[in-house]
Amino acid sequence: MLGEGIIKGMVETARNFVGSYSDPERLTTVEYPEDKIPAKENARNFPFLVYDGDDAARGLRCVACQICEKECPPKCIYIVKSKDKKPDYIGKPQFYPAVFDIDVSVCMSCQICVEVCPFEAIKMDTEFELSNPDRFGGLLQDKHRLAKSNEYYHKIHETEAAEVDARLAAEKAKAEAKARADAEAKAAAAAKAATAAATPKPAPNPTTVAPAK
Amino acid sequence: MFMETAIDTPESKYEILPKTLSNGEMDGELLEVAMGPQHPSTHGVFRMDVVLDGEKVVKLKPVFGYLHRNHEKIAENTTYLASMPYTDRLDYLCSMTNNWAYALSVEKLAGLQPPERAEYIRIITGELTRLVNHTCLVGFLLQDMGALGTPLMYAFREREMILDLFESLSGSRMMCNYMRFGGCRVDLPAGWLEQAKRAVDSYSGFLDEFEKLLTENEILVARTQGIGVLPPDLAVNASITGPMLRASGVNYDIRKVDKYGIYDRFEFRVPLGDHGDVYDRYMIRLLEMRESVKILNQALRDIPAGPIVDPKAKLRGFRPKVGEAYGRIEGPKGELGFYLISDGTPNPYRYRVRPPSLINLTVLEDMCLGQDVADVVIILGSVDIVLGEVDR
Repeated sequence: MLGEGIIKGMVETARNFVGSYSDPERLTTVEYPEDKIPAKENARNFPFLVYDGDDAARGLRCVACQICEKECPPKCIYIVKSKDKKPDYIGKPQFYPAVFDIDVSVCMSCQICVEVCPFEAIKMDTEFELSNPDRFGGLLQDKHRLAKSNEYYHKIHETEAAEVDARLAAEKAKAEAKARADAEAKAAAAAKAATAAATPKPAPNPTTVAPAK
Repeated sequence: MFMETAIDTPESKYEILPKTLSNGEMDGELLEVAMGPQHPSTHGVFRMDVVLDGEKVVKLKPVFGYLHRNHEKIAENTTYLASMPYTDRLDYLCSMTNNWAYALSVEKLAGLQPPERAEYIRIITGELTRLVNHTCLVGFLLQDMGALGTPLMYAFREREMILDLFESLSGSRMMCNYMRFGGCRVDLPAGWLEQAKRAVDSYSGFLDEFEKLLTENEILVARTQGIGVLPPDLAVNASITGPMLRASGVNYDIRKVDKYGIYDRFEFRVPLGDHGDVYDRYMIRLLEMRESVKILNQALRDIPAGPIVDPKAKLRGFRPKVGEAYGRIEGPKGELGFYLISDGTPNPYRYRVRPPSLINLTVLEDMCLGQDVADVVIILGSVDIVLGEVDR
């Protein structure tokens, strides 16, 4: 019969129309500015710099190695290395970025900076409301605006941050153990040298013992 | 037929002549219409210069390049890894398969072998991408036919579930940037496989619903059957690939021919069309989605635990040895290939994309000649193009 297919289709749309009112699972619309769907754990939008502790300037993990600057596909990162050094989380003196800028309007949220960073210093944020009335200065984020605490990182990417912390703690423990072992070795060597120096009678040094006449 | 149209000079093809009847009387003029680049049916910024005799198409010239952004040259000036997010933007509906094709060719170049679990993840994400692409295509095709809204919204409703899966896996809904040379970037998050199983299980129901809504619809049948016929010999000569080639009845599927990845372990059939018209192209997509669901069910059942990246793969300072490689996959739109030449530096010496959309578009004129101008829109819709890939 001509029109049978159309009637079948109409039945299908009617079923969907009624179903969308009766089934609460299908009412998926969210009133956006008031309500928000929580971001997925893996979600990524724009990078930020992680700092440990309370002071953003002192705890910044970035050592200005400029790997992310080189690897960034659209080249939206700009870094100037510092002249002096400051201690990192292990206590080793490292450079820090004197300037660290990322341009929001150029960044394409690809996460490659995060992957190549060997210091776990740059991570992806889930914040997506980055609009700004100032299209030059407002969209170029400097290191003060990019710096966010490790607690914030834990809040947005829970499992990933836990893994990173475990890895950093392991590295720190390893470094401390190495430092301790080094210190012990040094102390042992020093003690050995001291004993070596103590046991045989040192021949009097002619230059020092020589009477000053 | 294809060769003849290819060697015609533009001047002879696009001259607008006054029409004369056999008795020498004037009978109106041919009309040249520029459809696009702002025409809503052209799926992006694409223009067709159509010469019309009344309602019938006499000549058609596709004009593209509006979205050209120098993809290949950019890739030759950045590292291998940095090109990966750019491949997302080729065919922005199917970023996972684009990643896969690029990763496959770099793996051939560098001699990397992804581990078992990564291969399974690739199959799963690739087939989910095929579902996304074909679902969208059918929605858009129906919208081109004038069914504004309903089929497209149904399609987007189902697509949303798969995009949610992609987001929780890779962090982004469309620009996934997920695959890496020798594996994948991150492992599946907890509960992802269960969520994927639910989505795949409900997909058959959705396809049944979609078919009830559309396939027997008399208007759809009248609009599509016998329209835009692509004969198989022309399709082969023009190196058409993908669902468009199979709709013309040529059995050629790179998943079966090349068996790249681990496709030889899965049981699925390749649907073929009979007539090569728009209706066949529509049906092929629906049947392929059903086969994709079959593959997905097998992959989700068999996926093993294990590492997801080849231990030999390097993220920083990646320099493949000197050589060249061509990796190709059966993308949702056709054969997607990447040809790379390495000279041992961190950047590829040559980087070339074989885009299925562009090559499938070359027979547009042959399919449109003699058809009504209203049918040009649905013939273009059935070719399945994405302008990000056509222009690159």
